[in-house]
Amino acid sequence: MCTQTVGLIAGELERCGIATVAVQLLREVAQRVRPPRGLWVPFRHGHPLGLPNRPDVQHSVIAAALSLLEDSRVETPALADFVPRELPVPAV
Amino acid sequence: MGHMNEFPLDLRLFLKVYPWRRIDPVPRVNLVKPLSECRVALVSSAAFVLPGQEPFDPDARGGDTTFRTISGDADIHQLVDTHPSDHFDHAGIDADPNLAFPLERLRELARQGRIGSVAPRHLSFCGAILAPGRLTRDTAPAAARLLVEDGVDVALLVPV
Repeated sequence: MCTQTVGLIAGELERCGIATVAVQLLREVAQRVRPPRGLWVPFRHGHPLGLPNRPDVQHSVIAAALSLLEDSRVETPALADFVPRELPVPAV
Repeated sequence: MGHMNEFPLDLRLFLKVYPWRRIDPVPRVNLVKPLSECRVALVSSAAFVLPGQEPFDPDARGGDTTFRTISGDADIHQLVDTHPSDHFDHAGIDADPNLAFPLERLRELARQGRIGSVAPRHLSFCGAILAPGRLTRDTAPAAARLLVEDGVDVALLVPV
C-alpha cells in the first residue's frame, strides 16, 4: 500500500505547488495511481533505495529521481525505470 | 525486485481486486529555478518516529493516516521503525534508516551544492493505508500546507 500512499501524497503536494518525484516499488500500482513523476526501482519491499549502508547506491537512486524533475520535456504522469549499474539486491 | 510475488497468496489476491485510487487530473509543477537553489523535503511512508513521538497506530481502521514531522537536523539513527507490516523485511531500514528516509544523503547533496538546502521539516507517514479517504481529504493537504509554509520547492517521496 506504500506505493499508493506516497503517490497520493505526491499528487496533493503537487496541487499545492511543490514539485515531486516518488520512488515506486510496484510498477502496476504506479501505473494505476499515477503520481506526477515516479521512478520505478527494481528493489524488493523494505529496500526502496537499494541497500542499507551503501550511500553510493542510495545516491544513484536519488540522482535518477532528481533528474526526472529537471527534465522539463518529461510528460506527466511519468514513470521512469531506474537501471542500476549492477543489481545490488538479491532477487526475491 | 518490487513485485506482487513478494507477498503471500492471500495478500496477492486481495491486491488484485483492491480499488487502487487514481489521480485524475494529474497535477504538474515545473521547477522555476535550478535544483541547486531548491529547498528539498523528504516524505517517507516507513512509519519512522523519533523518540518521544507517538508510534503509528497498527489498529487504526483503514490505516493510520496521521504523519510525524522529522526535523531536518534530526539524528537519523534515532528513528524508530513503527511500520506494522510483516510483508517486508525490516532489517535494512532498521540498520540504516537512510534506506527509506535518506536525510543524510540530502545533507550531502546540499553540501555538494546539488540541491539548495535541506528543508527544516520532513514528513513520516505510515504507508499501510487501505482506506485513503482521510489521507487525501485531511492529512495530505495538511502536510502540503506545512511544507509550503517552510518554503519547500521539491519533495522526494519514498515508500517502503
